[in-house]
Formats: sequence, structure tokens, C-alpha cells
Amino acid sequence: MQNAILTQTETAVRGRSQWADARARFLKNKAAMVSLYLLAALILFAIFGGQLSRFTIDEIDWQMLGMIAELGGPSVENGHYFGVDELGRDLYARTLLGLQISLMVGIIGAVVAAIFGTLYGAVSGYIGGQTDSIMMRTVDILTSVPFFFIIIMLLVVFGQSILMIFIGIGLTNWLGMARVVRGQTLSLKNKEFVEAARALGVPTLTIIRRHIVPNLIGVVVVYTSLLVPQMILLESTISFLGLGVQEPQTSLGLLISEGTSTMQYGTFWQLGYPLAFFMLVLFCFYYIGDGLRDALDPKDR
Amino acid sequence: MTDPILSARDVRVTFDIRPRSAMPWTPSQKLKAVSGVSFDLMAGQTLGIVGESGCGKSTLARALIRLVPAESGQVVWMGQNLLDLSTSDMRRVRSDIQMIFQDPLASLNPRMTIGQIVEEPLITHHPEMSKPDRVARVRETLDRVGILPNMINRYPHEFSGGQCQRIGIARALILKPKLIICDEPVSALDVSIQAQVVNLLKELQAEMGLSLIFIAHDLSIVKHISDHVMVLYLGNMVELSSSADLYATPRHPYTQTLISSVPVADPRYVKPEVDKIVNNDLPSPINPPSGCVFRTRCAHATDLCSQTKPPVDDLGQGHLVACHHWKTVPSLGS
Ligand code: SF4
Repeated sequence: MQNAILTQTETAVRGRSQWADARARFLKNKAAMVSLYLLAALILFAIFGGQLSRFTIDEIDWQMLGMIAELGGPSVENGHYFGVDELGRDLYARTLLGLQISLMVGIIGAVVAAIFGTLYGAVSGYIGGQTDSIMMRTVDILTSVPFFFIIIMLLVVFGQSILMIFIGIGLTNWLGMARVVRGQTLSLKNKEFVEAARALGVPTLTIIRRHIVPNLIGVVVVYTSLLVPQMILLESTISFLGLGVQEPQTSLGLLISEGTSTMQYGTFWQLGYPLAFFMLVLFCFYYIGDGLRDALDPKDR
Repeated sequence: MTDPILSARDVRVTFDIRPRSAMPWTPSQKLKAVSGVSFDLMAGQTLGIVGESGCGKSTLARALIRLVPAESGQVVWMGQNLLDLSTSDMRRVRSDIQMIFQDPLASLNPRMTIGQIVEEPLITHHPEMSKPDRVARVRETLDRVGILPNMINRYPHEFSGGQCQRIGIARALILKPKLIICDEPVSALDVSIQAQVVNLLKELQAEMGLSLIFIAHDLSIVKHISDHVMVLYLGNMVELSSSADLYATPRHPYTQTLISSVPVADPRYVKPEVDKIVNNDLPSPINPPSGCVFRTRCAHATDLCSQTKPPVDDLGQGHLVACHHWKTVPSLGS
């Protein structure tokens, strides 16, 4: 019998993990895959698109001034691929910068919220009892404070900077994450496989590492990917109100805001290009998040 | 007679129930999940524990190995009271007492391969073993429970319920324990699979001299595997006896209704008339009936039953009954 077991060593069948299943399901999701490629292209463009630019973000093209509606449109000959804004600055360079900043705010903000919310939720859920009640009541109270108020306070008190926007947005969006993770931890804690590990005498920290966290990752990934577009929207709203990124820096939200205000002069490209990128980014993240949720959702196994 | 391998004395488990909306200062309600259960288990034997869902049988099993805290009582395992042990001493005992769970799939971590799952007990209790030695043990154990060892890299969701339960048994077996607590191990499985799993457990018991605690909600499965059977109702032991005695001459009215509700595959068989359960709702364990907990559904209840809790009477040969009127309750089939 010993021999029979040993000879089977070579032929051990490889299993399909849930990750492999999820990947297969994601790869089959057309909308999500297209979005993924598109997003990759957008990110590459945000990083390397600057090589093509013939102008810097705050260089004013004096020839255009006064005749922006007539001369400032998109053109390859004069190097303003996306035209110029109403101050005569190159819109290509500025859209690129806006794209970079919006992506950064979205991704970093979501990651900050995800890390903080996950830690908070997992601790609250696993400890349970009175600690859990207190931690979750705190979340309830914080949720009821209007987040715009907090962000505006932060920006007013500490001055407007990109860092403050990261902190403000991240701080106000971890609450939902904490709730989701706590719920998941609670249900995992009562699963029989965690009980089995406890019955075996596996130490608590090892249980969290080996049995709780790997089963949380799915939820966290999905929620984070859906958080990114929310972050981008939030930043745009703040910038639209004039509280966000400061000149000459810019973000897609700010560019859209400027574009809208000059629409009556017939300079539609000033709104069109930033808006197109903005929508593309949002659609990509939504479809990717959606695809991830469909692929990872443990319910439709 | 030899000493029992495990003996429980007056084990009580109480849960605090606190509605979500309750204010912090309102006193929590007490749910008596297990109120004073005692039994002895001999080495190599099987104790069946039977009762409706919600009668505290799973809680009792978990309290024995401190998965839920017991409020009071003693659980003596080979001379030491488990409820008094420090966490690290308890950890050592855990390699001797293993558990099998009700939902086979839910008891296996979906993110681990079955090889990793079955290996986990070895990593926990024998960290000195080398990886090839561990893998060899895992393969041997899987082979023993009827899972092909070359499935070692597969994941739980790729197996059927019966196979998952075999994997759960392999995990319980790999440390060569002395006692396995089976918490409704077959009630989530198809009837045809149930017999296979029960037979596997019986074989393993004979082979390794295992003791088993076998929990189920119906008597028919327990009958095949148990030496003794304990019937629980609302956290109280109502009857405990050798399996043969319990099925031949059940004395407690509750046991009688349980036995008469077991279907019999013989058309000529006429069921003996048993007084039907009067009221079909299980009373709440938060607010159990006074006196005898079964009185709200018992056809023989009298005033005495509502005033005092029935003592546990020994009818001889370890047949225990907790009923005031067991002498006058007509016995089944006679
Ligand atoms: S003590 Fe009374 S109520 Fe309880 S089972 Fe016996 S006869 Fe019924």
C-alpha cells in the first residue's frame, strides 16, 4: 500500500482553486476585459503621453490669445492636439495631467480607505462583543456626519493640497469598507472551518492569517475597485466647487468645470476632451469592478 | 469496570442574549442551552446523543472541548478536568479529541487544497515533522477514508458532500485521536451516502479503538452505531441507557414519541399506539417551562410535573430516566 501511494505522487491532479475559477470567469466577461485593456492603455497614456507633448502645462501660446475660438481648436500642425484652454495653454498637456491626478486620487484614495476599513472591520468583527458594538456605533456616528463638511473643514484648516484631498477622501470613505469587512468577518468567524481550526488548537493569529484573511480578499478587492470611481467623482466634485487642486495643477474635474464655463464661446473641445477621458476612466472602473464582483461573488458558486 | 475515558458532570452552558437594539444597561436574557447534563463514555464505545434541533446537543458537544464556554460542571478526560486546563494544556489535549461537523463543505476552508486541510493538524501538533513525512501521512490517511491520494491538490468545492465528509474524517483521523465528536455528521448527506459514512466510522472505530460521540436528530441512524444513547430535550437529559434497552423499552414519554416516529420499512408492522405530542411547538429555552421541561407537550403531565423538576431515576443497568411518572407511563409495544 505504501508503494501504491508513492507511485501516485507523480500523477497528483492539479485542482482548480477558487482564484482560478474566478479568473476564468473574469476572462470570459467581455465588458470587463475590454475595460481592463482600455484602462491599461489609459494608464500607459497617462505615464508616457507626455513624451508627445510639445508644450508644458503652464506655457501660454501668445499667438492664440484673443482668437482662441477661431485658432485654438485641436490641430496636429501647431502641436495643440487637443486645442488650448481659454488662457492659451496646451489642453493636451493639461488633460494628461488631469488624468494622472484623477487616477492617482482614485487609486490611492481607494487603497487608503480599503486598508484602514479592512483592519478596522476585521478587528471589530473578530473580537466581537462589546468592543464590536462600540467600534460599530462609532462608524454609525461618523457616517451621519456629512462628509463634504469634513473635507471642506480639512481643506480650510490645513490648506488646499493634493495630500489633504487624499486624506480627506480616504478618511471619509473607509466607513462603508469597515462595515462590509466586519459583516464578512462575522460570518466567517461562525463558519465551521474556523470552528474546526479552533477545535484543532490552531492559535488565534494563525486562524486569522490562514482562514479569515484569505477569505476576505475577494470582498475587499471588489469593494476597492468599486470605490475608485467614487473617489474620482468625489475629487471632481470638490474641484468643480473650486476647493480641490490648485492652479496651475489641474484634475479632470477642474478641466470639466472650466470647459463648461467657456462653452458659450463655442470652444467645445475644452469640455469635450476632459469629459471623454473622465467618462472612459469611470466606465472602465465600473465594468472592471462589476466583472470582479461577478467573478468573485461566493454566492453564485 | 474500567474508568470512563470521558465523563461529564452537571455541565451547564448559558448564553447571554442581547437584542441589537438593547440599551447597554438593560440586563441581558439568559438562554440555558445545556442545563446540567452528566454522562460517562467508555474507551472504544460510542455514545449517541439525540434530540430535536435546538435541544442543545451541538452546544453540549462544543462545551466538552471548550469551543463554547461552559458555565459550570466538569468534563473529566483521562483524569483531568478539561474545563480547568490552561489554554496551552488544552491545546495538547486537542490532538486526542477531534471533531467532525454537520455541513461537510462548510467545514473545509474553500481557499485551501484538501492536502493542506488534512495536513493542518500535523503542522499544528507536530511542527517537527518534515514536509515529505507529512505528505506521506496525508496520502495514507486520505487513502484510508476512500479518497484517492492523487486528489491532494484539489479544492473542497470539487468534491461531493459525501467526499467532503470523508475529507473531514481524514482531518480528524490524521493525529490518531482517542475520541472523535461527530456533530450530525450525516444529516446533510443523501440517504444512500449516510450509510457509507456511518459504516466508515464504524470500521475506523474497530480498527483504531476510537471512542465516538455521535450526535443526530433522529434515532434510526444512532441505533446502528451507538452503545449508549442519551436523549436530550431543551438542554436536559431525559433518558440515557444502553442502545438495546432504549429501543426495546423506552420509558420517558418523549423518547417514546421519538421512537414511534421512526419510519419502519415493513408494511405488516403496526405501530403501537403512543400518546401523541400534545402541542407541537418547542418551548423557548430562554423561558423554559417550570418543573419538567417536557410538560407543555407531555400527555401524562400532572400538577407535580409543573411544580418540581423530575429527579433522574436509575432503573438498573445504567438506564436513567428523568420523569416523575415513568412507572405509570405505559411502555411501548406491551
Ligand atoms: S415528568 Fe411529567 S411532564 Fe415530564 S415527562 Fe414525566 S409525566 Fe411528562
